[in-house]
Amino acid sequence: MRTNETVIDRFKSQIIDAKKQSTCVRIRGGGSKDFYGVNLEGEIVDTNEFTGITEYEPTELVLTARSGTPLKEIEQTLNENNQMLPFEPPHMGTKATFGGCIASGFSGPRRASQGAVRDFVLGARILNADAVDLQFGGKVMKNVAGFDVSRLLAGSFGTLGLILESSVKVLPKPEMERTVLFDLDIQSALEKMNTLAGSPIPLSATCFDGNQLAVRLSGSEIGVIAAHKKIGGEVSEGASYWQSIKEQTHPFFGSEGCLYRLSVNPTAPINRYTDALIEWNGSTRWVWNNGTLAEHQDFANEHGGHATVFRGNQLGNPISSISPALQVLQQKIKNSMDPDGIFGKNRLFAEF
Amino acid sequence: MGHSERDLNENPVALIDKQTLVKKFLSVLSTESVKYETEDLTPFECDGLSAYPQIPMIVVLPENEDQVCQVMRICHQYKAPIVFRGAGTGLSGGAIPYDQGVLLVLSKLKRITHIDPVGRYAVVQPGVRNAAISEATKIHELYYAPDPSSQIACSIGGNVAENSGGVHCLKYGLTVNNILKVRFVTIEGDIVEIGSEGLDSPGYDLLALVTGSEGLLGVVTEVTVKLLPTPEKAQAIMASFDDVEKAGRAVADIIAAGIIPAGLEMMDKKAINAVEQFIGAGYPMDAAAMLLCESDGSSEEVASEIQKTTEVLNKAGATEITISSDETHRLKLWAGRKSAFPAVGRVLPDYFCMDGTIPRKTLPDVLKRIAAMEDQFQLQCANVFHAGDGNLHPLIMFDANEGDQLHRAELYGAAILELCVEVGGTITGEHGVGIEKINQMCIQFDNQEIQTFLNLKRAFDPDGRLNPGKAIPTLNRCAEFGHMHVHRGEERFPDIPRF
Ligand SMILES: Cc1cc2nc3c(=O)[nH]c(=O)nc-3n(C[C@H](O)[C@H](O)[C@H](O)COP(=O)(O)OP(=O)(O)OC[C@H]3O[C@@H](n4cnc5c(N)ncnc54)[C@H](O)[C@@H]3O)c2cc1C
Repeated sequence: MRTNETVIDRFKSQIIDAKKQSTCVRIRGGGSKDFYGVNLEGEIVDTNEFTGITEYEPTELVLTARSGTPLKEIEQTLNENNQMLPFEPPHMGTKATFGGCIASGFSGPRRASQGAVRDFVLGARILNADAVDLQFGGKVMKNVAGFDVSRLLAGSFGTLGLILESSVKVLPKPEMERTVLFDLDIQSALEKMNTLAGSPIPLSATCFDGNQLAVRLSGSEIGVIAAHKKIGGEVSEGASYWQSIKEQTHPFFGSEGCLYRLSVNPTAPINRYTDALIEWNGSTRWVWNNGTLAEHQDFANEHGGHATVFRGNQLGNPISSISPALQVLQQKIKNSMDPDGIFGKNRLFAEF
Repeated sequence: MGHSERDLNENPVALIDKQTLVKKFLSVLSTESVKYETEDLTPFECDGLSAYPQIPMIVVLPENEDQVCQVMRICHQYKAPIVFRGAGTGLSGGAIPYDQGVLLVLSKLKRITHIDPVGRYAVVQPGVRNAAISEATKIHELYYAPDPSSQIACSIGGNVAENSGGVHCLKYGLTVNNILKVRFVTIEGDIVEIGSEGLDSPGYDLLALVTGSEGLLGVVTEVTVKLLPTPEKAQAIMASFDDVEKAGRAVADIIAAGIIPAGLEMMDKKAINAVEQFIGAGYPMDAAAMLLCESDGSSEEVASEIQKTTEVLNKAGATEITISSDETHRLKLWAGRKSAFPAVGRVLPDYFCMDGTIPRKTLPDVLKRIAAMEDQFQLQCANVFHAGDGNLHPLIMFDANEGDQLHRAELYGAAILELCVEVGGTITGEHGVGIEKINQMCIQFDNQEIQTFLNLKRAFDPDGRLNPGKAIPTLNRCAEFGHMHVHRGEERFPDIPRF
């Protein structure tokens, strides 16, 4: 096992070599999100050796860890202290790392009620495109000094810099969780999701999987029981169900081809997507095949959002489409942080 | 702090012909929307930070997004620097005008364009007051969560630009966590939509970058905010302590018990007394510190959380506990907290409101050291504190017309900010850097980090014409400041020009 300093030196020399040779690098933790993106280019910079929780005091509600730390280890440590990562990150395999969790920006069932990875990122330490060690944000709850680079890194898929360490806000685990089921068709399920999300109840997740609407309530025991009385529904075992949605091991995700994620206004109509899996109170619709990215994007555009190819993309094809004005800004940001295009070429965009 | 003189060389600006610009603006705006006579400009000379007034060259008040774009294009064509202004309540000088530039005021864009009660969002123009959103959505039993104490006056555009918080952000987050989308006009006058009506958008999170960017990247012309269901019930606890440290520890105990209150605020004796004399909120005048702790949710949830919290507070040594008896009583308790700044403003004519955030565990030590500085700088300081988030608001009281009080207040403020960085915190939790804390940016960040910020700024604004001299210092400034900083504590020669 090498020391952390020598691992950082290796990261640095890989970045500097890439810059000298005008090649690129691909930052990789457990590789659990390799399925996502336009392309996978460049020599791998492996973060697996760079591990450890560097700071965690439960009463501060802040945890800081190195990027190669297994996500499992982080969740375990939090669990021992009756706390959790509020965004409930999907692992997508056994090897997920903390750095990959931040860089992918994927969030789980609690997304609609608690927020995404980016909502809980407080700070980051990175190596930039010159292999310089930089620190943004911090380890405190509120911080508006300078541009919010650490949030910008969430979901950047290793294309802006190498995340060495991140600090995130954590929360106490709810005292109680209860999942209840409703037998509804897709249209009524969508309506119910929106109604529940607009009611003052401790709602923490919703999912319609083609058969039933599952609703999770989380909070104090007395609050959850009171809310259940109010909304009704048949109690069901929840933990493994939500796990299967989060990790995409639910039978719905067992198909083949292209899996699209439509992120839209929560009230967008079902339209032709009668076989969609709906999450996040209506705002996320998962669909298999059933058209091209452009067609899905048309629908999403019309309903205030975006379509993304989540799985099964043909290498080299774009995974999303955004307005030209937005594309220009995206590219400017990339250029400002990584002018030579060293990090994760074509991972997010077909053009850079 | 320490910013009495602003560095104009920082942003080389060609001399701009005022007459030409006025004529151009009058060709796209109504006569009342273009102001260029000194008497019409004076009301815009400062924002909530009153110590450094500056008269702008021209003020424009566009009435719609299209006019905003046109103004931006004209400024771009004539290379005119632009400062944006919402309601002008900012406390770090972000909206202080530039004497050789244009002040673009968004206050006429104050329409709530659309409320979708089912989809739970509202689309509003940037000049809409923060509180107006929740007022308008009340009939749907929905509200917009971030509630800065200035909410009856401040604009949502300003909130986005500062990433404003409020007393409820421990549980409900800051502005960045409560908006879905913005329309944004670039320096070239182009409109970009950032974010979406869904929850996540492809590519880099520009919404996070633009939020809190203090008017340095472009102008926000529309905001789509998330609406939350109004909790069935809210109840507040007021707890007195005979010792500030005990109150600080009680905060950690509440979190350790697994409770995330809807609000968790702390005030020290000076702040309590100022508020009590100002509005009579029923605060304990004899306490060394008090906590205001709110629970919200269903009646059942609130009852159980209030009981749990009360137990923790008793164990932590609270000397007196009052639980709000009804909605009027609860609002009265909050009214005291929300009027803390103006209340302190009554004690002496001027105050600086500091805004550092610190790891919560360092609170007792930091408060002790801030109190010790009162002697050092011969000024009084009252403390108001978003305790749950570790966000401090020391209020340094002074009279700018008395001797060197302004100067001493600046030094006091600078020392507090540096203390916050020293204990692992930040110079600003929610009020922004503006011009007020620009020197301390050089302490919190090293040159390479600042260079990263400058590069991002350049990506949007290559010539540095949007809100020049604010928020991100130039490396030259940091070099100068670093030089002075080393010598601080020795004799200072305030009369010698520094730049
Ligand atoms: C008594 C008092 C209490 C306060 N309490 C709090 C509090 O609890 N929490 C908190 O966070 N803040 C608080 N503030 C600070 C202030 O109210 C907030 O920063 C607020 O968001 C500023 O809004 P504004 O409309 O007044 O913005 P302004 O002061 O007009 O501008 C602030 C900054 O935003 C930029 N800006 C404004 N509008 C736009 C736009 N449309 N597009 C781009 N940039 C823009 C300006 O250039 C400037 O840099 C308080 C202030 C006062 C006076």
